[in-house]
This record gives sequence, C-alpha cells and structure tokens, in this order.
Amino acid sequence: MLRDRKTLLILFGLPVIQILLFGFALTNEIKNSKIVICDYSKDDYSRMIIDKFSANGNFVIKESLLNHLQIESSFKKGDVKLAVVFPANFGNDLLHLNQAHVQIIADASDPNTANILTAYATNIIMDYQKTLYENLNLPYHIGTESRMLYNPGLKGAINFVPGVMVLILMLISVMMTSVSIVREKEYGTMEILLVSPVNPFLLIVSKVIPYLFLSLINFTVIVLLSVTLLGVPVNGSLLLLFGVSVLFIITALSLGLLISNIVETQQEAILISLIGLMVPVTIFTGFIFPIENMPDALQYFSNILPSKWYYIFIKSIMIKGLDISSVWREILILTGMTCLFLFISFKKFKNRLL
Amino acid sequence: MAIISVENISKKYTDIQALDNVSFQVNEGELYGMIGADGAGKTSLFRILTTLMLADKGKAKVNGWDVVKDYKKIRNSIGYMPGRFSLYQDLTVEENLHFFATLFNISVKKNYDLIQDIYIHIEPFKTRLAGKLSGGMKQKLALCCALIHRPSVLFLDEPTTGVDVVSRKEFWEMLCKLKKQGITILVSTPYMDEATLCDRITLIQSGKILSIDTPQGIIKHYPDSMYGLKSSNMNMLIYDMQKAENIKSCFAFGEYLHLSFQNDNEAARDELRNYLTEQGHQNIELKQIMPNIEDCFIKLMEK
Amino acid sequence: MNEVVIKTDKLTKRFGDFTAVDNITFDVSQSEIFGFLGANGAGKTTAMRMLCGLSTPTSGDAIIAGFDVYNQTENIKKNIGYMSQKFSLYEDLTVIENIHLFGGIYGLDNYQLKNKTDELIEKLGLQGERNKLVASLPLGWKQKLAFSVAILHQPKIVFLDEPTGGVDPITRRQFWKLIYDAANQGITIFVTTHYMDEAEYCNRVSIMVDGKIEALDTPVKLKQMFSAKSMDDVFLRLARKAQRTSD
Repeated sequence: MLRDRKTLLILFGLPVIQILLFGFALTNEIKNSKIVICDYSKDDYSRMIIDKFSANGNFVIKESLLNHLQIESSFKKGDVKLAVVFPANFGNDLLHLNQAHVQIIADASDPNTANILTAYATNIIMDYQKTLYENLNLPYHIGTESRMLYNPGLKGAINFVPGVMVLILMLISVMMTSVSIVREKEYGTMEILLVSPVNPFLLIVSKVIPYLFLSLINFTVIVLLSVTLLGVPVNGSLLLLFGVSVLFIITALSLGLLISNIVETQQEAILISLIGLMVPVTIFTGFIFPIENMPDALQYFSNILPSKWYYIFIKSIMIKGLDISSVWREILILTGMTCLFLFISFKKFKNRLL
Repeated sequence: MAIISVENISKKYTDIQALDNVSFQVNEGELYGMIGADGAGKTSLFRILTTLMLADKGKAKVNGWDVVKDYKKIRNSIGYMPGRFSLYQDLTVEENLHFFATLFNISVKKNYDLIQDIYIHIEPFKTRLAGKLSGGMKQKLALCCALIHRPSVLFLDEPTTGVDVVSRKEFWEMLCKLKKQGITILVSTPYMDEATLCDRITLIQSGKILSIDTPQGIIKHYPDSMYGLKSSNMNMLIYDMQKAENIKSCFAFGEYLHLSFQNDNEAARDELRNYLTEQGHQNIELKQIMPNIEDCFIKLMEK
Repeated sequence: MNEVVIKTDKLTKRFGDFTAVDNITFDVSQSEIFGFLGANGAGKTTAMRMLCGLSTPTSGDAIIAGFDVYNQTENIKKNIGYMSQKFSLYEDLTVIENIHLFGGIYGLDNYQLKNKTDELIEKLGLQGERNKLVASLPLGWKQKLAFSVAILHQPKIVFLDEPTGGVDPITRRQFWKLIYDAANQGITIFVTTHYMDEAEYCNRVSIMVDGKIEALDTPVKLKQMFSAKSMDDVFLRLARKAQRTSD
C-alpha cells in the first residue's frame, strides 16, 4: 500500500486540508462585510454612528447613498449585504425627543449571514447608545428596526434549496460522465472506438447527452418540490432559470469529460469527482460558509468553481426575482468556463493509447 | 504486393525495450502469424500498426498508408480485435454488432455474407448480454464485430489465448475461410502449434525477431538432426539425460524427449542406448523425427 | 502404492438447475502428477474450488489430504498450495517481501523462513532480483517464483490452474522441471493446462466434458483406448461431444 502514492496522498492529505480549512479559514464570524449607508439626517449623531461602523472590523462602508431606493440596486450587485438608513431629523429626534430610529435592511437571501450582520449592526448602535447614556447621563434611546429583504420569514429552505440544486447537478453530471467514459477505457472498448473511423471525441460527447436530460429531469423535480412543499418561490423568470440551468449542466458535463481525460480507472474518476470536487463545492460555493468571511486566497479560489456562479445566479433569479440584466455576468462566466473545459478536453483527448 | 510493411520499428517503455528494430512484410491475401510468448512485443506491434500507438523509431505502412500521417485512412479500412475482450458487456450480442456497423456507417445486412458462417454459432444467443457469453462465444462475437465493415486487413491480437483446444481449432478454421475471401490477416499467438496453420510466420522474443519464413521453411532450416527418445520411466529419463555425454540439446516434448547430438553418428546413438540401459531404463525408444516449430523456437532462443 | 491424498466420491455441484460438476469420482496418490483437462466451461474451475475447500459441494464426498471438504476446510487449506495464471503474487511487493508474506501466512517461523528464502532465491537464480518488484519480472520468472512460493510450506498437494499460459517454450520446460522436483519430494501435483504436450508429462490425465469425467488414465493408455496419435486427438474426440457451450 505504501507504494500506492495516489491513494496515500488522498488518505493523508485530505484530513490535513480539511482540518486546516475548518479550523482557520471557515468561521461563522463575518469580517469586512460591505455595507451601504443612507443618511438623510447628516448630523453629528448619525455621523458618529457611521464612524463607529467604519471603525468596526466587521464592516466596510462601501458607499453612502443619497436615496434609499438605491439600496436594492446595491443588493442586486451582490456584494453588499446590509444597509443602514438614518431617517431625516435623526439627531434632532434624539436630542429633543430622547429617542430616534435607525433602519437596518439586510439581504436575507442568505438568512444566516443576514442574521449575524443584523446582530452586529444592532450591537454597534446599542454600544453607542450606552456611551451617550454614560457620558451625558441622559436616557437617550435609539431604536433599531430591521428588515429582511427577499426572505422576511428567514426560511432556511431559501438557503439550502439552491445549494441542493448545485450539489445534485454537479454530482450527477460530473461523476456520471467521467465514470461512464472511463469505463470505456477499462473495458477496452475505447481501443476499438479509436480504431474505427468515427471521431471518438464526438462519440464520447454524444454519450454524455442522456445525462443532460437526466439532470434536467432531476432539476425540474427539485424545483417542483421546493415550490410546492417548501414554499420557496420562483420570483424571476422560469425560462431564464431553466435556460441557465441547462448551461450549468453542460458546464458540469464538460468538467466530467475533462476528468475522464486525465484518469485511467473508474476508481480514480469516482475519487476525483467525489472528494476532489464535492468537498470544494460544498465549502466554497457559499451555501454553508459565507465566502466573504474567508481569507482572500480562498475567496479567489472560490472564483474558479462554476458552482459558485450558478449558486449566485439561482438565488438572484429564484429568491430575489431579478432579471437577466443583473445576472449577465454569471451567465458569461459559466459560458466561458464551459468553452474552456470543452476546449481543454478536446485538446487533451488522445487519438491514440499512451 | 505488400499490404503491411514494417521497417526498423523500435518502441521502448520506461525500462523495457518492447520492440527492437523490427522489420517484416505481409503480402496481400496472406495469413501471417506473429509467434511469441507473453512480453515478446506482439501487442505493442499491433497497436503501432493499428495507429493506436506511436513507435519511437522506424516506419510502418498499412495498405500503402503511413501509420502516423494517414492514420484516419487506415482506421477506415482495417479490422482489429484486441487481446482482451473489448466489446460492450452491457449490450446484447445483436446490439454490439449493430453498434459496430453504425460506427462504420453501414448496415449489418450489407456484409452479412462475410460473417454468416461465424455468426450462426452465436445467433441462438443474440439477445444475451455480451458479458455473459462463454470464452469461445465472446471471441466469435468479437471477430464478427471486427469484420462487419469488410476490412481489407484484419489484425487479431492473441485471439486464442486461454481458449481450449476445440474452440481454438474452430477459430483457425474460420480464419482459413476468411483468407479465401481475400482478407489479409495478421494474427499473433503464444501457441506454437498454431504456427503451421499460417502461410508465413515471424518468430519473436523479447522485442527481437528470431526468424521469418514459411513454417516449412523454418523447420527445414533446423540445423541438426532431431531424435525422439522415450523409456518406461520418463521422469528419471530427464534426470539421467542431464548427465549424458555428447548431447547438444534435450527438451521434454509431449511423450518424447527431443534431443540432438554434438557429434551425430550411429556410434553416438548406440552409446546413448547403452548408457541408459546401464541406468536401468527399459523399453528405450530412440528414433529420428522432424523438428516442429517449437523446437525451432527453442533453438533460436538459445542463440 | 502410495497413500491416496485426494479421494472424491460422486462429487456434485449444482447452481440452480445447472449442474456444473456432475458425479465425479476419482483418486489421486501421493507424488502423482495429475492432469485435469477439459474445455472452457466443462466444470474444471468449479471442481477445483471444491477440492480446495473454497466451495461447498451440493452432494457427494471428497477427502483432501485426509480432511473432509464439508467441515474441515481450514485443515485442507493448511495442507495445500494454490497457484493460478491470473493471481499468484503481489505485483507491488518485492520478491523477498512476497516470499516472506506467503511464508508468514502459512506459519513458517523466522529461522525456517530465512533458510527457505535463501534456498529458493538460489534455486531460481534470482539473486540479482531479490529486492525488485514482482511487477518488473518477466512472466516466466513470475510463474516459477509463484510456484516455488506455493510449495514453500511443503503442502501435501499443490493445485495449479493453467500455470504456463503465455510462457515461452524454454521457461515452460523449466517450469515443468520444478513440477517434477516437487513431485519427487512427495508433493502431489494437480494441474490444468491448455497445452496438450503438457498433458503427456502427467502420470495420469482426466478429461472433463459437460461436468462429467469422460476419461481417466495414463496418457499412453488413453491414446491406445481412442487409437489416437496424440493427446490432442484424444481431447478433440472427447470435447467435440460437448453439448453445453456456456461457462
């Protein structure tokens, strides 16, 4: 067994990587989350609270908005998860009425992150209220009013349904294709196919098509179940949802094709698609651990996973109900990745043995 | 006309020289045998000729086409049956046949006359999964699939390995029939007794060609007279022969020992008989025999 | 007459309504080289599995090395050696490691193991290959090594399943020399082969057709009986009668 380097690497390398990832990289603490501020009041008090926000390690103020209507378009861009709104006369109210309100709006399409961020924000404001109270000895009260955008009930299903979609499509498409193609190598049928006049690459591609339909049926079942049983809405265009899902399935199939090109046995194909792919997909797609919390290196790494972009897409369409103008970037990236995978597997496809 | 021509082909894997400067030619319509044990380089040679692998050195042509440049043309015109069973085990007999016909864009009917004689044997099992067939049946199916597009050259890599004598005999009868249809056949085998069924043969060992000729030619060129020897105690005979003098070579061969003398004359033969009688052997039989291909192979290996 | 080490009586194995081995009865004596021939699918492998204690018979009896195939299979396994063309040695272990592994499995102590190992390496001329991986040896050497390992623990019987398939003619004869040596040491050899010339090297030969033993005798007598020139003819004449075609 000691001479079987590949298995050894997986057996001993994997636990080390996982321990390091879970121990250091993956935490539920959120740092440097981007927020926007909409300050209608613009007085000393609101500015002081804004300073507190920018001094706090959990938040980075991305921009100040003039109008709260811009908040949703910030959310649509995807990187802003929280907005803090100070109503007009915030300072005045606080001084004269001894009480004022701050509105906290969170993007709750990821309920966990939304909850945590809201709690952080509320804490900062409470802290400020406490310092006012201690210093001036006045019974000032700042009320916070939080709004969970897109998912007012903070339903967990809204988070995991897109996650399950990503996982299932990835599992079926990548593993099934790579295994079924590698089987040709193991059984020796590849040898015969190569000797025949048919272009073997085309033959292999046509072998993959049934898996496209299979995955599509699976996808439809998941959508139906989540809409009817779990009450997860499809807020955006159903056509767009299916269209891009087909695109993602093709991405995954071409990834499976690529894997089948580099491995020789079914066992290797299963190991690579199951451990080498499923683990990063679960961790770095964003439905268990928010990607924003990860160290920069891992954040960059997450960008190379097609599943991350598909996950963002699914949430934008199903939960946020956005239209194509807000997800063109994800579509473009997925298309690019598919082309790249197909190109590499075509280039790497061996017309001969060895 | 040479249908297959191989010139100075060499192929090396990390630490094994699989083929070492191999050259030979196969003429149109020949049934040509590559005879050698496992590891002789037969499979490497077949893969190079069927355009599946590139040689390190040398040139090879099939049907006049270069195996590297014109590989697509070659793939269109040859039939290939690899050493291990390489059909879809999860498809039925019939489905496999149709699949391979489709690969060449023809119908099974078109060339059915060519495979009919062979297919008849497996037709009763046409709905059975290929993986569930017996060894001899799998072979016949693989041959049908390799023939379905009426190739001009047929490459058969160890088609009879691990198959019993009866199926082997049937298989060679089929090859003779195919030859009559004008198909050139290159076949490899580790069974020396099959060599005599070929028009011409190459004896190959450890990547090197030992000899190329007709089977009769190879036997005719055996340099010594060969004798068959037996006695009532064969087991002891082998031991006693190791100590006998004036013996050039001595090998067990079926019911006889095959031997040749250093100095072959009447006196030497009498001397051997006397020696063996002294050792207590009875019913000693020593007679001149024709060497067979295996004797020749051993002789060439020892050089 | 030597002691009988294999004794079967109406040994039968059925899979559903398919009778793989049908009422076979025969004896093999100590030191005998017994050829077990038959076409593919005649039932050789199934019969051999029962004799090795790997598969329980449906009916009939068999005593192997003095032990019963129904309830003393562990004792049988201690007293037999087994080698096949397909599996015999661990390819990713070295020559020495393989010898030590199989010696250890059969309970040889360190002192015996050391002596045996040196003796075996010298006999096979593998001094230069001691620490090489078995995967890197030529097939013929592997088979000779595998056979030597199979008789390392001095079993009463050694079962050889097509041991010389694909081996070159010289090595094939060297292999048979090892078989003769083992037989002279008192080990019984039970061997299957597709080479008919090898059938001639056996003391007695049985030919199985459709699960039954159709003929069993010395090669000389079998040839007389069927008035055949060679064992090849004898085999062909019997095996052509076969009805069943599947494995």
